[in-house]
Amino acid sequence: MTDHPALAALTPRLARIPTLDAVSLEAEEIAVLGRKAGALTNLLKELPALDPDARRRVGAAANELKARFEAAIAGRRVALAHAAKAKADAVVDLTMPGRIRHTGAIHPVSQVVDEILGIFRELGFVRAVGPEAETEWHNFRALNFPADHPAMDQHDTIYLDTGDRRSVEMDRRRGRTSGLFPTNERRQSESDRRRPHYGRMLLRTHTSPVQVRLMQDTAPPIRAVMPGMVYRKDPFDASHAPAFLQIEGLAIDEGITFVDLKGTLQHFARRFFSPRTQVRFRPSYFPFTEPSAEMDVQCQLCGGAGCPACKGTGWMEIMGCGMVHEEVLKNVGIDHEKYTGFAFGMGPQRIALQRYGVNDIRQFYSGDMRFLTQFSL
Amino acid sequence: MKLSRKWLEAFLRRPLEARDVAARLAMLGAPADSIEPLHRGLEAVVVGLVEAVRPHPNADRLRIATVEDGSGTTKQVVCGAPNVTAGVKYPFARVGVTLPGGLTLEERTIRGELSQGMLCSARELGLGQDGDGILALDIGAAPGTALTSALSVTDDQIIIDVTPNRPDLLGHKGVARELAASYGVPFRLPDISGAERIDVPPARRHDFGPTTVGGVRVAVDDRLGCPRLHVAVIRGVTVGPSPAWLIDRLTAAGMRSINNVVDATNYVMLELNQPMHAYDLATLKGPFLWVRRGKADERLVTLDGQVRALDGEMMVIADETTAVGIAGVMGAEHTEVKATTTDLVLECACFETRSVRRTRSRLGISTEASYRFERGVDLQGQGDAMRRCIEIILAVAGGALSEVPVDIWPQPGNAPRIFLRLARVAQVLGLELPVARVEQCLTAIGCTVLSKPEDGRLAVDVPGWRPDIVGEIDLIEEVARIHGYDAVPTELRPFRVGTLRDADIEVVADRVRYGLAAVGLVEAQTLPFGEREDQWSVELNNPLSSEGAYLRRRLLTGLVHQVEANWAVQTGAVRLFEIGTVFTVAGPGQLPHEEKHVAAVVTGARIPPHWSDGANAPQWDRWDLRALFEAAIALAHPDASVQVEGTTWTAVTPDGQVVGRARQLEADAPPWAAPVWGFELTLDPAPRFPVRYRPLPTTPAVARDLSLAVPDGVTAEVLIRAAARAAGSFLEVLDLVDEYRGPKLGAGVRGLTIRLVFRAPDRTLRDAEVDASVAAVVQAVQQELGVQLRAS
Repeated sequence: MTDHPALAALTPRLARIPTLDAVSLEAEEIAVLGRKAGALTNLLKELPALDPDARRRVGAAANELKARFEAAIAGRRVALAHAAKAKADAVVDLTMPGRIRHTGAIHPVSQVVDEILGIFRELGFVRAVGPEAETEWHNFRALNFPADHPAMDQHDTIYLDTGDRRSVEMDRRRGRTSGLFPTNERRQSESDRRRPHYGRMLLRTHTSPVQVRLMQDTAPPIRAVMPGMVYRKDPFDASHAPAFLQIEGLAIDEGITFVDLKGTLQHFARRFFSPRTQVRFRPSYFPFTEPSAEMDVQCQLCGGAGCPACKGTGWMEIMGCGMVHEEVLKNVGIDHEKYTGFAFGMGPQRIALQRYGVNDIRQFYSGDMRFLTQFSL
Repeated sequence: MKLSRKWLEAFLRRPLEARDVAARLAMLGAPADSIEPLHRGLEAVVVGLVEAVRPHPNADRLRIATVEDGSGTTKQVVCGAPNVTAGVKYPFARVGVTLPGGLTLEERTIRGELSQGMLCSARELGLGQDGDGILALDIGAAPGTALTSALSVTDDQIIIDVTPNRPDLLGHKGVARELAASYGVPFRLPDISGAERIDVPPARRHDFGPTTVGGVRVAVDDRLGCPRLHVAVIRGVTVGPSPAWLIDRLTAAGMRSINNVVDATNYVMLELNQPMHAYDLATLKGPFLWVRRGKADERLVTLDGQVRALDGEMMVIADETTAVGIAGVMGAEHTEVKATTTDLVLECACFETRSVRRTRSRLGISTEASYRFERGVDLQGQGDAMRRCIEIILAVAGGALSEVPVDIWPQPGNAPRIFLRLARVAQVLGLELPVARVEQCLTAIGCTVLSKPEDGRLAVDVPGWRPDIVGEIDLIEEVARIHGYDAVPTELRPFRVGTLRDADIEVVADRVRYGLAAVGLVEAQTLPFGEREDQWSVELNNPLSSEGAYLRRRLLTGLVHQVEANWAVQTGAVRLFEIGTVFTVAGPGQLPHEEKHVAAVVTGARIPPHWSDGANAPQWDRWDLRALFEAAIALAHPDASVQVEGTTWTAVTPDGQVVGRARQLEADAPPWAAPVWGFELTLDPAPRFPVRYRPLPTTPAVARDLSLAVPDGVTAEVLIRAAARAAGSFLEVLDLVDEYRGPKLGAGVRGLTIRLVFRAPDRTLRDAEVDASVAAVVQAVQQELGVQLRAS
């Protein structure tokens, strides 16, 4: 320390800094350290006028004092900020709502589809797809549907206009782009080129024609699940839609039996519903499987006691299934004496209706934000 | 199929419980749709013993009965029935009971005498048509016992779903056969009261060509369309009401009673699945019964009073002059059996399944008969059905067979024989069954099994009522069904690994679905039908409605409708996306071209309103759309890039194909609605390559902002490209960070600020190097584009 009068006068002011409020602190900083007229600044400006010895002594002391001032002011500033924040926090109403961000949502039916596919993928079933517009051969005949048979009654079919009327104009305009996107030349499979004996064109009434295409293209072992839209000429009401989703499954190999069908599908039911879900297999009829079965699971609402949802039976029908009919294997060129297999099909929308307690299938097609955002990620 | 529990009981000769019957049938492949208890409202009716009867003092035709009803006090009942007798038990309805007809009994005084209830007739209880007297009960049950437990008067109607391959289950006999197998008991046809002494002789078989029976000429033109026909002539019947048992069975099986002859034919149909038809002989011209093709201009008024136009592909039954019935579908009004009929021609035929199906669908009707014929009736059992029907008619309507019936069967055949390998049973079912068990299962459904153990095969003769069994695999299913699906083990066993992999398009669709949900969009689904968009729209032959007469060519149309639906319920903020298939005409006679698309629409608030913003949430705008579009492209079609085309952004592949568009959309919007922005994009199933890692920089970067005055007509894209070209090799990032329009710049010019970030990979850049690059940029944009550096 030094006996320089200005420095001596400043020292007590240093001690007062921790007591200053924000405004006084600002003023004091300017008064002491201000670039133009601060007391210390002035002192340092005058240093060159002093003799070398005094200059060194006073200079060192002034710089030290300056550093102490700066530290004290900074410290006080932090303390004041803390105090101000504490004071502000004391008046914040933490019950006010937070700032929400939109979250996305996956459609409830997609969620059910993903979950079902996921269970089968664990067992080595891969996902396969096929066209939604199909030929009569793929949709019916290859699948052993007898022509003009009541089995067709459940498949009220929507047929496509084959476009003969427009074909001339179309040939002329071939290759020209139009509409939203250019029409790409479709890569035709061998089977499509031999179309004449494939009959009329239609919207597939089930996903089973994907089985046909898969078996035509692939040698066993085959294990696949085939999700996709199917079409029936049904009215659009609370329990029907003219286009709805189906998931098909297929396993073909040597040595696959009805035991495997039951084991696989029971495993699925227990994974999807709950580990102790009871299932039963009832005889049924599908032209493309034999023996055919319906798989019921214990009613998820009443636990099997019987309720209106299960018509008092305690069971809910979940899917149709069966051993792939040997006529189907013959039609796709697989040796039916060597290979056997099972197939199944289910409606994820019906399962979703039940799972989420939705009572009108039209909700799934409504696009209503109030509905869809209930199923956020 | 509507089943009467009591009818089935008559086959099995044992009481059945409706729920148990339904449960067993479900496990045999014919689940019950519902069980309707018939004769409801009888629960409160009890057995009453008439202790004494005395005349009514004030009415000649009324009497006063004293009734013991088990309640401790006897009741006085005024009764008008002629047959009320002391010491006999009758159904008794106490005061307060409501009868099936809706009548609620009250205590009343009839001509000065108190009446405390009612002794009931069968008709009053809904148990039959007999209303002439009260129903005398010849039973031991004590007075006061509930009538329903004292007497098995009530029935249940069990409605089962019958799969199209099982015509045999459309008759009570077929169902009884299944139940007999399930319970392990025998079954046989119910006895017909009054038919015990009637003996119908076997029919006379006739090959082909016209013949005569009972004075009626019979001819079949089409032996394929009508492979077998029985005709009988019965003379001297008395047409009238049917007996109670017959009415009860028909009613319980859901059919109305008409008269005793028609009821007998319907009874046989519901019992044996063989539709029958009776004609009034007096109305048949000739008399002739002729199975032939219809004629082009032929008309027929059917039993339901409708005029039906026939054609040459329909098969009809005709007399000498006109058609008298549409084969397998419905008879003509003018030949029906009525009260005045005395002589009958009875027809029992088999019509070819497809021909009946085509005829009835062309006429747009389905009848009990056509339903059965198109599924297949028992060709072998036709004689039995004819005999049964004749027996019942003779028993309930009298008359006599005028001659042995004729059986026109050009190509009699035996039951088909199928060979069944036991090894194949095991291969399909995964279950080794002993021969005896396999035989037992097949015998239970009516097959005849001839064992041929030397070659491990069973020769199996299939009964005529199972036209669905045509091959070995059908027999295997029957074995499984009768043995019980439950009895097959349930086991999850290892599968052989395969080399199939997931379809690429499914993998991409999943990536896009979860990617767009991650940026906050909500997945929707729409119906894939719509209106015609252009000549590439795929038209439906038989659409549900004219608004859905085409397959969609794009997803956005459906999504815009969903936006409008949201507006209709006052939802202004919408952010939907959909992944779905679109269809385009591919060419004449070709399947349409199908493509998976993704589309999204956004409108209204971009983020939920928050109080800190004064509840004014920012709205989705075109820059959000562009970012969403780019995000979707990165997910769905990563090789495409965004280009500007008028007011639209397009996604263009390196080979110049447009694979997506984004723009503001037209919609039927209420005044308060915000603009709607949307994009649509094809999904590219091509496999994705993993990204290459770029090493993280080890040297510092230098950033410089340039505020430029850009004349209108110079786009950001052009400016950025020119700047980047001039900036040299150290340029790492070039961002557009601000746009300004305003008085400082005047008209025709806007301010754009670009940020240039420079970095050398191996050293720290010197200020002078950066300054030189920036100067080069300024000079280049000035010379090439007339862009000036703005004074800061």
